Amino acid sequence: MLTCKQFLDELSDYLDEKTDAGLRKKLEDHISECPNCWVICDTTKKTIQIYRGMDPYPIPSEIHTRLMSALELKMARKT
Amino acid sequence: MSAMSSPIEIDDEAAIVAQARLGDAKAFSELLRRYEGKIFRLALHITQNREDAEDVLQEAFLKAYEHLDQFQGQSKFYTWIVRIAVNQALMKLRKRKSDRSVSLDETIDTGEDTVAREIAAWDENPEQQYSREEINEILSSAIDGLAPIYRAVFVLRDVDDLSTEETAEALELSVPAVKSRLLRARLQLRDKLTRYFKRKGDDAFAYM
Repeated sequence: MLTCKQFLDELSDYLDEKTDAGLRKKLEDHISECPNCWVICDTTKKTIQIYRGMDPYPIPSEIHTRLMSALELKMARKT
Repeated sequence: MSAMSSPIEIDDEAAIVAQARLGDAKAFSELLRRYEGKIFRLALHITQNREDAEDVLQEAFLKAYEHLDQFQGQSKFYTWIVRIAVNQALMKLRKRKSDRSVSLDETIDTGEDTVAREIAAWDENPEQQYSREEINEILSSAIDGLAPIYRAVFVLRDVDDLSTEETAEALELSVPAVKSRLLRARLQLRDKLTRYFKRKGDDAFAYM
């Protein structure tokens, strides 16, 4: 049986589904018997999901306008 | 604006980049439109200062425009411009004397024995208890509470959804370095978010 430390070391790969079948089985055996690691695993998964669904940052229009002006100036110099 | 010529009809990034390299201003503007929001958000997370982030955004796109001939096209345009933007952002941080944590590559204090983890189950849909603005605020400030070395890795990997390899390339880090930073970032964020999202009445604290 893996220790909690060993489990946590593999947690990212486990959640990204990057572990091979053998390791995956060991990790699943661990969480089925360790409530703390189960909670950490479940809430880390939710953390990732909630960030993936984060709103795309709308760029403030004045910042976009200033960026375009700076670029146009640069383009005019280049040509 | 003599370079403003052919309209872009193809939605193929490699083709757009190729057009931009030929001096097509519209093609470059299209690349800018696609990525300015993400680059600004990343710069904001690294510098934690709106003025600096705007400078980084401008410098990154102007440099990219200037050095477009050096872009090899083997990686994604986004990965390439992220690398430019991150370097600019780190330079900004270095200029601020008060901030010494300026390298993405510094050794990490793992703090293994000192991290008190809050272990509590969350509500099924915890985000529903908050307004959209509140959620965005909670998520952003949690990221901003991380060390700079974790912020950039987390934003690229889990917010922008780059692969581990692309993140490594963009940040000039090794794959194992990205992985270890990502794990720590995820665990720290989980810890911070648990304070907001844990199930009511479920106050089981545990220290590991």
